[in-house]
Amino acid sequence: MNKMKLLAEWEYEPVKIQRGYAGRTLYVNVGGFSFKEKPVSEDMKEKFIGGRGFGLKLLWDAVKDTTKWNDPENELVISGGPLCGITQYPGSGKCYTVFISPLTEQTYDSNAGGHFGPLLKFSGWDALEIQGKADRDVIVFIDGDNNKVEIYESPFEDVNAFTVTEALHEYFAENEEDKRNISVVSTGKGAENSYWGCLNMSFYDLRRKAPRLKQAGRGGGGTVFRNKKLAAIVVRKRGIGPTSNNPADLSTLQKVGLKLHKEIRDLDDQQNKMRKVGTPHLNEIMNEYHLLPVHNYKFGQHPEADKIHSEVFGKLFTQGIPDGCWHGCSMACAKAVDGFELKTGPLKGKKVTVDGPEYETCAGLGSNIGIFDPEWIIEANFYADHYGIDTISSGTGFAFVCECYELGFLNKDITNGLELKFGSKDDLMELIHRIGRGDDEFARIVGLGVHRMKKIFAEKYGAPFEVMEKIGMEGQGIEVSEYVPKESVAQWGGYFLTLKGPQHDEAWLIFMDRINKQLPTFEDKAEALHYFPNFRLWFSLVGVCKLPWNDIEPADNVIKYKGIEAAKVPEHVQNYVDLFNAVTGKNITKEELIIQSEQVYNFQRVFQLRLGKGTRKDHYIPLRAIGPVFPDEWEARAEYYDNELKATGIDPEGLTTEEKIKKLQEYRLPQWEQLVDAVYKRRGWNKNGIPTIETLERLGIDYPEVVEVVKKHLKPEDEWEE
Amino acid sequence: MKWLATYPERCVGCESCMLTCSKTWFKEENKELSRIKVLQKDSGYEINVCNQCGICIDICPTLALNRDASGVVRCDENKCVGCLMCAGFCPTESMFIADQKDKPFKCIACGICSKECPSQALELMQD
Repeated sequence: MNKMKLLAEWEYEPVKIQRGYAGRTLYVNVGGFSFKEKPVSEDMKEKFIGGRGFGLKLLWDAVKDTTKWNDPENELVISGGPLCGITQYPGSGKCYTVFISPLTEQTYDSNAGGHFGPLLKFSGWDALEIQGKADRDVIVFIDGDNNKVEIYESPFEDVNAFTVTEALHEYFAENEEDKRNISVVSTGKGAENSYWGCLNMSFYDLRRKAPRLKQAGRGGGGTVFRNKKLAAIVVRKRGIGPTSNNPADLSTLQKVGLKLHKEIRDLDDQQNKMRKVGTPHLNEIMNEYHLLPVHNYKFGQHPEADKIHSEVFGKLFTQGIPDGCWHGCSMACAKAVDGFELKTGPLKGKKVTVDGPEYETCAGLGSNIGIFDPEWIIEANFYADHYGIDTISSGTGFAFVCECYELGFLNKDITNGLELKFGSKDDLMELIHRIGRGDDEFARIVGLGVHRMKKIFAEKYGAPFEVMEKIGMEGQGIEVSEYVPKESVAQWGGYFLTLKGPQHDEAWLIFMDRINKQLPTFEDKAEALHYFPNFRLWFSLVGVCKLPWNDIEPADNVIKYKGIEAAKVPEHVQNYVDLFNAVTGKNITKEELIIQSEQVYNFQRVFQLRLGKGTRKDHYIPLRAIGPVFPDEWEARAEYYDNELKATGIDPEGLTTEEKIKKLQEYRLPQWEQLVDAVYKRRGWNKNGIPTIETLERLGIDYPEVVEVVKKHLKPEDEWEE
Repeated sequence: MKWLATYPERCVGCESCMLTCSKTWFKEENKELSRIKVLQKDSGYEINVCNQCGICIDICPTLALNRDASGVVRCDENKCVGCLMCAGFCPTESMFIADQKDKPFKCIACGICSKECPSQALELMQD
């Protein structure tokens, strides 16, 4: 690669990390090539903690009420958090991206593994804010060894992820050994051509001698990235070690970390086999419990599902490599297929290492679109990453397209020659390439997401909007992730009463609610929809991964604890409390941990309100998410659904399937409303889903500008009756 | 391959191996810093020391662990990030940590302890 043209540079003072914090954040404007250092106050640490909290706080200060995703003042903020970068505990290298999303037109946050978060912090920054829009493709380079930030003109004609990442690890490393000290953030052409842009964050795989990509997949962060004409952000920091994060109490980190390593060593093979197969261990479990999305969530099972079971992927993944995406992650779920020869597209014939597929990709770009071919899924996974496309949103989006096609709403004239039925492998692969190339109008419409497709299909192609409203699996503008939520009332909330739309990082309550029947009342469900979203949000504040929390459990967890308590995995909750205190020197309790999360949860809710969303009407749910819509869905589980109807006091005898479906919907829709009420009450929100002033005061986030937003929307009729 | 053979039935629990080891490698007589551990059991003593099996080599994410020319598994301190995966996954739990140290440590079959042992409970072997 030729020497890149330097457009701007800025030097900064080095800083020593103190108890998990650099104590300042980095602002870069790629429009005017300006740089700034911002201090992190004690109040910011206290109320926003780090990671996503810092991202939201910085974004709040940067945007106007009217800012849109593609306005220059929208930002992409990347932040790890105080625990990010510790090497002793599995899953401690996560960072969080925060931005206004093109899909949801409100704040979004999406996390990734890889080495970017830790290296950014150890370069001296708790967060990186990128604002503005460049006039040409640029590369931002944070040189943590020489304490400077540089902006280069991008030399890449092909901005796709693998090309850019490989070249930049090579370019900025002095030798092979040095590549481990670099991490690259990139996306691809698909992010430019769709709203499904993901961000790829790299780490250099020392054994494979190749960069690996971990995705901040959801919400369209990659689309924002390309809109700013970023080709890549690179960080380099050498000499990372056990005390780079300068914790208050190293000994506790070592003891807690060692304990979990041993648990994983002893129990992973009996529990989830994460070290061998990663998250695809879920493939067969979801199929068994009717939760694997098949044909746009119509069904939860498929006879061919055994073709994509974890055993199949276990054989395709290279075994015996410590597949952690940050040092010390013995959970090692970052599986990869090596030497995979691509059969299609611009890199056809090339042998590549493919990251994943993860469960969500197997289901999204697999069962949900009627494809049960592991090789196809791996190829689709590769190109989605390469083009910078979220495999979850695209999977659910394609599933919607396939159903519309099969219902006759679309045809080959509209799709420009593609037969987009479920299982149409060649044509669906071509659709991915068309989004990657950006040369096809229909592919561009698809890439705008289900929410917009519904409107455009109706207006442009005359498709019936009301039917698409029922079957389009999206909420708040973003596609549902890959679990069938129909039969769990609590999971309706887990998906659709979320801060930013139906992803699975807030609550996964299906087994607890439906299989184990541990949440019988609306109050129980609301309690779970208070605790779990807040507990899980905490990971995003401190920079750790969710998986080592409950994808491994102490052997005696279910003996010592019962029901919802067992699901909390109390011993691991205590690990996090201990880790937080050991790093920061503070002394929080597990109850205070939840309050830390509540502060940010409610702040983000008010932020959505500020941007014109964040009320009850934004918590809508499609009918497909609460039960069958078409007769074949009912009839696939006729006995089960007839019994469901009977349980509501309705005799299904003599009713047509259509009538049964209608009756069940009539029963379940009021249940949804009851759930919304119960959850809002528990969260300290009014009837319209707005945090009350008392809630803001209780959490100490009653900043004048926050209160002002809330006050604008408070109405007496939205108050709860005594 | 060089490795340290142990004969716990001969051990008298004098701990001289541990003190010699820590003195040799950490310049301090401190059992916590020894690369060999002697534990008193109900009947006699248990000796925990690395058998150079090398399982940790493939566990290490940073390629810090390698076998040297004499077959001994050694840690490159410059590459080690102190993640402790080697310690967690060691089948005999012979990779040790101590409060004062940010990186784990293990026996490198130097044999000094075997010379100090008064009861011939330790023997440096060469296969």
